[in-house]
Amino acid sequence: MKPDPVNINLLTVDTTRTAVLERETTATELVDAFYGKIEAEDPAIGAYLTLCKERAYRQAAHIDALADKGDDLPPLAGVPVAIKDVFTTRDVRTTAGSKILADFVAPYDATVVTRLENAGAIILGKTNCDEFAMGSSNENSGFYPVRNPRDHSRVPGGSSGGSAAAVAAGTAVAALGSDTGGSIRQPAAFCGVVGLMPTYGRVSRYGLIAFASSLDHPGPFGKSVRDAALILQAIAGRDPLDSTTADVPVPNYRQYIGQPVTGIKVGVPREYFDEGLDPEVRAAVELGIQELKTAGAEIVPISLPHTAYAIPTYYVVATAEASSNLARYDGVRYGLRSPDSKTLGEMYRRTRDAGFGAEVKRRIMLGTYVLSAGYYDAYYLKAQRVRTLLARDFEEAFTKVDVIVTPTAPTPAFKLGEKVDDPLAMYLADIFTVTADLAGIPGISIPSGQSKEGLPIGMQILGRHFDEATVLRAAHVAEHALAGKALP
Amino acid sequence: MVSENDVAYVADLAHLELTAEERARMLKDLNSILGYIDRLNQLDTSHVEPMAQVASRYGERQDEGAGFAPSLRADEPLPCMSREQALRNAPATDGTFFKVPKVIER
Repeated sequence: MKPDPVNINLLTVDTTRTAVLERETTATELVDAFYGKIEAEDPAIGAYLTLCKERAYRQAAHIDALADKGDDLPPLAGVPVAIKDVFTTRDVRTTAGSKILADFVAPYDATVVTRLENAGAIILGKTNCDEFAMGSSNENSGFYPVRNPRDHSRVPGGSSGGSAAAVAAGTAVAALGSDTGGSIRQPAAFCGVVGLMPTYGRVSRYGLIAFASSLDHPGPFGKSVRDAALILQAIAGRDPLDSTTADVPVPNYRQYIGQPVTGIKVGVPREYFDEGLDPEVRAAVELGIQELKTAGAEIVPISLPHTAYAIPTYYVVATAEASSNLARYDGVRYGLRSPDSKTLGEMYRRTRDAGFGAEVKRRIMLGTYVLSAGYYDAYYLKAQRVRTLLARDFEEAFTKVDVIVTPTAPTPAFKLGEKVDDPLAMYLADIFTVTADLAGIPGISIPSGQSKEGLPIGMQILGRHFDEATVLRAAHVAEHALAGKALP
Repeated sequence: MVSENDVAYVADLAHLELTAEERARMLKDLNSILGYIDRLNQLDTSHVEPMAQVASRYGERQDEGAGFAPSLRADEPLPCMSREQALRNAPATDGTFFKVPKVIER
């Protein structure tokens, strides 16, 4: 007798693999079920831009063949994942959420994609995002906005909003995103899932379409801290194809899941809890801090004095790097070309005018301005010096504490259209996340209760360079202590 | 303050044309954002080194151990993409090269 069908809404990384290993289902049946759910439910959310069915069924058949032989299965065997459309996928359309790459079919796989498939994961498709990962709401997608699965009138956050929404909606078990100023952690907070930004240099950027190269961090989304850890395990480690990946041993993250936090020092930076903070966000994060204390951690008030300078620093450094990275979209080698131009220069300008959206143009202009003759020292070099001060703030703090706890975002998810006309207001949605990108330290967002309106709230835990293990350990303890708890 | 001329100059550097409407909006947005960025000048950074890469901070204060510096792979030739693959996404080719509108005006 065949056992009851697997409930795909409840699947985790481990239970998916076990279900395939123990023949409760097959990888092919799982892929059928997930595509059925995507076709039924995703049109209302818009998390996916492209489905790669041929590739998914091919990988599923491979996993099923291993299971048929009775072989032990790789760690992510049969796990259906979604990939933010900023990672290249061989022979599959890769758009970066931009019309300028609307028909681009990548000739090679990003390292993280190769590693996920080598670990047995099944790539279902490519997820929607803000164009070139520039945005905090997904409203800058060149195709269509993503809606928050918890409330369709609200944004899922950005820029990895499609990946966060897919995991929240259960149209993928886990997902990959990229975080340049908060683009994994903020949408995780808005959608009520876990989002992990690893240390800069921990995960390869080969095949990640560049936004700001010194700030771009690939990382996982999962329904739980454990799932995020297991995905990280598969993608982490040095890559000969990315010289900025560090030659640092990758620990076995699974062994840190479930370890107590007794004696761990948790820093609480006063600058992240000022008077303007949304009261429900404050209450949610303070509850999480209290739970860590109850679990045996020591709570230490700290200061990160340059926090107020993080957003202006970020918008100089990130846009400067972006203006340089996006110079390659010129209509010559790939992507859109505007027809009927008489000269090369005209072709460049018309192509870029037609292919880029308003926010991307704004950032290219700002980045070009701060790098231009006469302004380089005043803006770009100045911001790089302040970046050092922001990094030092964390270095100083981590001599006293092991992790730092803050809100992930200043508010729960906002409404579609609420901030689109005010770029500065949109930028401030990243106020608690950009600091870790600038310093290159790891950070995670975990759900920490919800607002009266039922919207998820995220708590952020930051750690030392390459110490994802302690971040995951604290996050797992907080996640379990907070499960089902209502706000006071 | 950014002027209309600055917007035109920077758009030219960035290979963007921009409509009159986009230029007006850009003028407003750039001034608003740069006004906010000006708060960086509240800080004296005359003795602070610039940070261009995260790797420069690895192990700066914590006992993170050595070996965190990025390491380069051996400089050995590896197989690369075929010409056909490299040209597959091009808007116009002659099968060997990318084709573009004329570069030099007569």
